[in-house]
Amino acid sequence: MSDKRSTLDEAVAELKDGMTLGIGGWGSRRKPMALVAALARSPLRDLTVVSYGGPDVGLLCAMGKIRKLVFGFVSLDSIPLEPHFRKAREAGALEVMELDEGMLQLGLRAAAWRLPFLPTRAGLGSDILRVNPQLRLVRSPYDDGEELVAMPALHLDVAFVHVNRADARGNTALLGPDPFFDEWFCLAAKRRVVSCERIVSTAELAAHGPHSQIIHRGMVDRVVEAPGGAGFTDCSPDYPRDEAAQRAYAATAKDPGAWQAWRAAHIDRTVEASP
Amino acid sequence: MSLLARADHCLIALAELFADAGEIMVSPMGPLPALAARLARRTFAPDLLLTDGVAALVDDDGVVEGQMTYSRVFDTLWNGRRHVVMGASQLDRFGNQNISALGPHERPTAQLIGARGAPGNTVCHRTSYWVPRHSPRVFVPAVDFVCGVGTNRGAKGLGGLVTHLGTFDWGGPGGTMRLTALHPGVTVDEVIAATGFPVAGVEGEVPTTRAPTAAEQALIDGLLDPKGRRAAELG
Repeated sequence: MSDKRSTLDEAVAELKDGMTLGIGGWGSRRKPMALVAALARSPLRDLTVVSYGGPDVGLLCAMGKIRKLVFGFVSLDSIPLEPHFRKAREAGALEVMELDEGMLQLGLRAAAWRLPFLPTRAGLGSDILRVNPQLRLVRSPYDDGEELVAMPALHLDVAFVHVNRADARGNTALLGPDPFFDEWFCLAAKRRVVSCERIVSTAELAAHGPHSQIIHRGMVDRVVEAPGGAGFTDCSPDYPRDEAAQRAYAATAKDPGAWQAWRAAHIDRTVEASP
Repeated sequence: MSLLARADHCLIALAELFADAGEIMVSPMGPLPALAARLARRTFAPDLLLTDGVAALVDDDGVVEGQMTYSRVFDTLWNGRRHVVMGASQLDRFGNQNISALGPHERPTAQLIGARGAPGNTVCHRTSYWVPRHSPRVFVPAVDFVCGVGTNRGAKGLGGLVTHLGTFDWGGPGGTMRLTALHPGVTVDEVIAATGFPVAGVEGEVPTTRAPTAAEQALIDGLLDPKGRRAAELG
């Protein structure tokens, strides 16, 4: 029986420059911020990041870790525009693949199902097709003959997700109202790293019921116990978004001194014990 | 007319976007459209499905009627039984919408939120727009990036547009933007001046948007927005 427990920095040390990383959560909700911070303080670089973007994207932009971003939006929810992401984009610092947010999901599902693409109407007629000339159309082989976007599979080298509970073998329980697309990030990825608020027994997980146990050990390679691991983002029911902390983070985009202090407090510190 | 009275006219115009929606999900983005959907459901559109903004469909009393996680939102929008009211940083005369970025896409002068679900929404179901501050900065001859598609790019069905000046649709020549009603006190010249391209429907007599009925006003003031916050988006 494999014990998949690891520390944040050990989990990140297994990654390589240039990898494609998918990050779970949505906007400023249940983002694996402890894992993202560990990645930010590592020497890793030139990453392609796939995300329903929030402060995970902003933070990695600010640290210069992202070569290419695959996204449908980047937002802090209660603060609609992510300031660090904006700054990076307006500096021309990122290569981007901007998608309709539904196309992003289909790309993950195609990868998960080992299909080259999934057809969709989303994107037709829009500038998503103009700025992504690699996207192709496909014609229905049936009598309707409809022309559709062939959304290509988004294959991930690694996925980071943050869950409420997990056991040492990688079974999990998501206790909040929305699992988002975390299961699809895991299924689309070769290597799956899950952080959790608390490691418990399998029996304790089971008490939450199978509807919350969407991500199981067959979908997980590493488990990191990281209380508060969603950072200031919403991690219901364990904690809501810390709006004051989010405002403080957002304000650092315009204040280099504040950014250095924020970075020292939230990224550069390494307070970890081995399991 | 006071800002609050103007907001009430906007509110009714937004609510009336849902008059014939039936039993489908409406996704109003922004405070006033959200208020309008709740008003519509409590009055002339009782079958509307509305979410709590998190992951559930809820009734007038906040009782959960069903699951509406983001995954189910995509299922619903691709199924087509949905009417969304979105905002727009830019809109052209065909209703092409931009919420992604201003300037060149490879290096924007202003990065906005991103295309979100606008491309899919506009080709799968009815889409309406709410622009609280009608200006030539929003209504431009050509948008910098087409997120939501307009009538000339295959929109499934654009509903209506409500701004602080009046109501519009895309029933003008060739599917272009047309004035359908002015809020009381607003002139056609104000609309022309605030729109960066020619608007149809500005000749002749233009109808006026209606005020809330007494029953609607009582609901708005007594229950939905007792503190009168609804004018904030206009100011």
